[in-house]
Amino acid sequence: MKTVSLTIDGKEIKAPVGEKVLWAALDNDIYIPHLCARHDNSAPDASCRLCWVEIEGKSRPVTACTETVEAGMVVNTKGQAALRLARTAIELLLASNEVDCASCAKSGACELQKIAAHLKVKLKTRRFKKILRHLPVDSSSPLFTYDPNKCVLCGQCIQVCRQRLGIGALGFAHRGFNRRMTTFGDQPIGQSECQNCGDCVAACPTGALCFK
Amino acid sequence: MTNTKEKTKITEQTRRLLNRFSRKRGNLIPTLQKVQEELGYLPREAMLEVARFLDIPEIDVYGVVTFYNQFRLNPPGKHSIRVCLGTACHMKGGYITLDAWKRRLSIDRGQTTADREFDLDTVACVGCCVMAPVTVVDDKPAGQVEPTKVDGILLSFEREREKRGKEKR
Repeated sequence: MKTVSLTIDGKEIKAPVGEKVLWAALDNDIYIPHLCARHDNSAPDASCRLCWVEIEGKSRPVTACTETVEAGMVVNTKGQAALRLARTAIELLLASNEVDCASCAKSGACELQKIAAHLKVKLKTRRFKKILRHLPVDSSSPLFTYDPNKCVLCGQCIQVCRQRLGIGALGFAHRGFNRRMTTFGDQPIGQSECQNCGDCVAACPTGALCFK
Repeated sequence: MTNTKEKTKITEQTRRLLNRFSRKRGNLIPTLQKVQEELGYLPREAMLEVARFLDIPEIDVYGVVTFYNQFRLNPPGKHSIRVCLGTACHMKGGYITLDAWKRRLSIDRGQTTADREFDLDTVACVGCCVMAPVTVVDDKPAGQVEPTKVDGILLSFEREREKRGKEKR
């Protein structure tokens, strides 16, 4: 496989041609916060707005999940402008999240906790007014529970459900603040086309989908 | 709300409409618009039929329908109630008016009463802010609609219905 060499945070690395900066960094133990990116998705959603990096020669930060590696590229994951954007993104996510870590099954393995720690943002950040969605928890599936109040709308479960399994039981519906991951007609997941494979639960970075 | 006979009819009607369209995903919105134009709303069976026709997950159709304001999931009522929540009406208590309508009709926004007499929804400014809070009743904007006036409007509709009932007899 053809490779190109580039520099990320002063570290000289090699990455396959056509690889995105995010995966090149992660493969070389350089962490960049991210929620929505999947390595097997060739058309990234770039919707979580967390993987900001600065690249020499570009005037503004770019999202690492959409940026293809180039020979001689110099990437900085610790630039102040990039971190500021990422911090705002995580703080906005936390502002509409319960952040109920003490009684959450995902605590310790939660991407939100990891990202907040990495960006040095407090989980109980008060920068933005807390507005919660107060949606009912769906425990209709025999395998898992779905708490939409903990969902960050990354879409990982949806991508897994269709790309890997071709089922497409899950998707986004409604608009703006009411947007949520749901099923056709907002039915309980247990009554939808869901086949209970549990792959969506494994893909969920937060406590929104948890095994029972 | 819809019985089996009605469901089959909707499915057949939708199928007939779909014949005019090619099976391209890009046709999703024009298809839905056509179906709504014919049926007045987008029932569950129609959405399922569209999803099958375009060979896309059902949730994708539902996602588009719930995203755009122009699509409705419930049949239109005989009378349409549109509560304005534009800036002026918001300041003048548009939400209180909306709550009054919800309470009186026992439905939420975007829904239709069981007797299909009224459907309730919101609009964002109808351009007559002097009259705030505005409720558009059957395409006619009514001004200063506060909870007491909600009762008044409903009463006048009831009177009308009674009168019609008497004439029929």
